[in-house]
Amino acid sequence: MNTEQEQTVETARSPFSEAFEMFRQNHLAVAGLILLVLIILAGLFGPYLYVADPFDMVWAPFSPPGEEGYLLGTDYLGRDLLAMLIHGARVSILIGLSAAFLTVFIGITVGALAGFYRGITEEILMRITEFFQVLPTLLFSMVIVALFGASLPMITLAIGLVSWPSVARITRAEFLRIRELEYVTAARACGVSNAKLIFKVILPNALPPIIVQAALMVGSAILFEAGLSFLGLTDPNVVSWGQIIGSNREYILDASFTVTVPGLAIFITVLAISLVGDGLNDALNPKLRQR
Amino acid sequence: MTPLLQVDNLRIELTTRDGVAPVIDDLSLQLNAGETLSFVGESGCGKSMTALALMGLLPEGVGRVASGKILFDGEDLTQASDARLREIRGNEISMIFQEPMTSLNPVYTIGEQIAEVLRRHQNLSKKAAWNKAIELLDAVRIPNPSARVSDYPHQMSGGQRQLVMIAIALACEPKILIADEPTTALDVTVQAQIFDLLRDLGREFGTAIILITHDMGAVADMAERMIVMYAGRKAEAGPVEQVIEHPRHPYTKGLISCVPHLIATLTEERPELTEVAGIVPSLRDFGRDQCLFASRCDRADQQCKSSRPPEIEFDDGQSSACWHAEQL
Repeated sequence: MNTEQEQTVETARSPFSEAFEMFRQNHLAVAGLILLVLIILAGLFGPYLYVADPFDMVWAPFSPPGEEGYLLGTDYLGRDLLAMLIHGARVSILIGLSAAFLTVFIGITVGALAGFYRGITEEILMRITEFFQVLPTLLFSMVIVALFGASLPMITLAIGLVSWPSVARITRAEFLRIRELEYVTAARACGVSNAKLIFKVILPNALPPIIVQAALMVGSAILFEAGLSFLGLTDPNVVSWGQIIGSNREYILDASFTVTVPGLAIFITVLAISLVGDGLNDALNPKLRQR
Repeated sequence: MTPLLQVDNLRIELTTRDGVAPVIDDLSLQLNAGETLSFVGESGCGKSMTALALMGLLPEGVGRVASGKILFDGEDLTQASDARLREIRGNEISMIFQEPMTSLNPVYTIGEQIAEVLRRHQNLSKKAAWNKAIELLDAVRIPNPSARVSDYPHQMSGGQRQLVMIAIALACEPKILIADEPTTALDVTVQAQIFDLLRDLGREFGTAIILITHDMGAVADMAERMIVMYAGRKAEAGPVEQVIEHPRHPYTKGLISCVPHLIATLTEERPELTEVAGIVPSLRDFGRDQCLFASRCDRADQQCKSSRPPEIEFDDGQSSACWHAEQL
């Protein structure tokens, strides 16, 4: 009896640990997370486990998967596709994460300032946001990369610069809603400074939809990078999934696996990220939370 | 003795779609240390606006102090810098709100929220602030404070959350506590508990309390002096018992006759309950040179409708802004 009672007593849990619990119960999201972790681990440790230079021409071009011990075959230059795939994972995920980080960083800053201060600040910041939103994203990032060189930081910057407006708008909307709530007035009445109101009072409450957006942003950044490198706008000295597809695209009819394999890698990664993002959305959305 | 808080001819204007409306019009008041003053009036009479003005928290871009002074310990708060106001807020003047359900930040534990105020204003260490938070929860009579201090707001009832708000407000032992309808959202038993607590703690810390309410019963229980507000103007002011005994403004009279236990004990035969017919005029009519209560008053005559009644002071400390005050 006593132990039963102890189990039913609810322990103090933060809203975020509650969300974690919700997330754990979502099997698809957990599957996505496991997949994502595996992909990241493959990118991190793969090169040490499967030691091979992705730029080495090791065998005849277009040898199909499995031939001569090359698990995924070779590309048009006779390079080991598996080695390329593993090294490409690093680049793709690194770009995905850093571009998403940059996006969220710019987006939160702009959105928070606009939503908190209102007035002229909001006008100016939102007009800038709209300016970036109406730019054709691919074209704009191509221009940046073409002008400043196709290095990884520049590609990350290009992706970040074209995708922050959506985060800024979500953040602003949340700030507009939350700044009118009573606990914000109560915090003001306790003498909290504006900076603290923004970052310690309002932002933590505005985070859930931003986190979801950020997770999805990683996926779309990976796709974006693939798109850019497919068009050849990529650092030729680093392998990325999009680049493998781009460089083999002329041979798609003769050796379709050279394009399919990296394509599948992108697909699976983005799918995993979407599942995680979806799970986060369910977990962090108070309306779906069962109390 | 100079009063702790002195408001002189305060006028607050709100910018509305129809133009500028004086939501507080020529309000003067004094509050002595340790005293309890009550603001009474219907919704939309400017009670909460007065409170926000005292805190310097008028809605940005909409409300502003047009003229008048708010002297706190001799310092004019309407002229004070933002930094100075932040120093005062929560430390020397603090406030509790109507809606305890939404007045606490949902992502922090209540202990963190109480400790935060203490650390900001009193420079306590993390540990000391946390311990003081537990003491404060105990002081506001929350059972088992050392366990509940790490609860999140959603784990507490509305009444408990209001107790936590009081703990936050009293954390720095402020000189003035503004309670803006602290019990409106709570049920009656909890109301009594909150009022008891406010009274006891006010006495203990020597805190002056400004109680904003539309509950005449609460006023009679809590306050020493009261100010009846109507449509942004002071209708009547004076010591509570006296005002209830002998209201000198028809509006006060109406408010009192709305509360059963003020006019009769349970054993006596009770007079019929009345209501004050009509509603508060809209903001756009606030600035008019007439008695704004005239449209709802059965004593209203031509004078009431053509010029604003001055505040008439009586010898016993009561004052009333009614052309007929002497006859009442």
